[in-house]
Amino acid sequence: MGCLEAMKPEIILSQSSFKEAREYIKKNVREFYEVEPGYKIHDVHIIGVPPLYVGIEGENLIFPYTKPCHGTFVVKVPGSEDIARLRARKGK
Amino acid sequence: MTENDEKTALILLGCPQVPVQTSMALYLVHGLKQRGIRPVIAGTTAARKLMEVADPGRYYLSEMTDLDVAIDEITEKQRDFDLCFVFIHNDSGIAYAGTMAYISKARLYTLIFGEHAEELAGEIEFPCEVVAVKAVHNPMPLKRKLDEVMQWAVSKQ
Repeated sequence: MGCLEAMKPEIILSQSSFKEAREYIKKNVREFYEVEPGYKIHDVHIIGVPPLYVGIEGENLIFPYTKPCHGTFVVKVPGSEDIARLRARKGK
Repeated sequence: MTENDEKTALILLGCPQVPVQTSMALYLVHGLKQRGIRPVIAGTTAARKLMEVADPGRYYLSEMTDLDVAIDEITEKQRDFDLCFVFIHNDSGIAYAGTMAYISKARLYTLIFGEHAEELAGEIEFPCEVVAVKAVHNPMPLKRKLDEVMQWAVSKQ
């Protein structure tokens, strides 16, 4: 996980499918944005079949993180400049 | 896709938990090279180590790269491939294949195996050629399908 791991992410959902991760963010995070597969947050690419969502909660980002052997996790990390970058995108 | 028009194929390996993956990946590398297509393997560290140990003389393997590095290079448009073969035996494999369908211009082949191959094949919702075989330990059913796929892949170039 490299840089992301160093940020000690809060694991919200573990070892789910990418569809379950998508639904979790859609249902539980008020502010979320659709991103394309491969969209990069810190050193992590968002992996999956569209639509893929990244949420914002306070100063944090909530997004799906897929590991080849362990499925998809929904993680929460401090957002920094990524929040502004997301909000600059069109639509929710 | 290279400057000298040599055809290239990305072979994307998932978690090496299911035994047939390493064997079939080496077989695919061999088949592609015989057909004049340069294979590049991307995978987890464990998946790549299994390949390296199985081919210590590097008779089959040439370029190998990390999964994230390969995705990074394609999304940054630094490189792309003519063909892409994704080995899939779990949900993450589907997620990676879906990502490749979106970010790469390569003709995409999903090779689905393992106990739940048919169910996983039903999850494919993006343009690609699907090969699904219930193969865990015995590679022969997947090998037969792969032989057919390599014929298509070469003839459709």
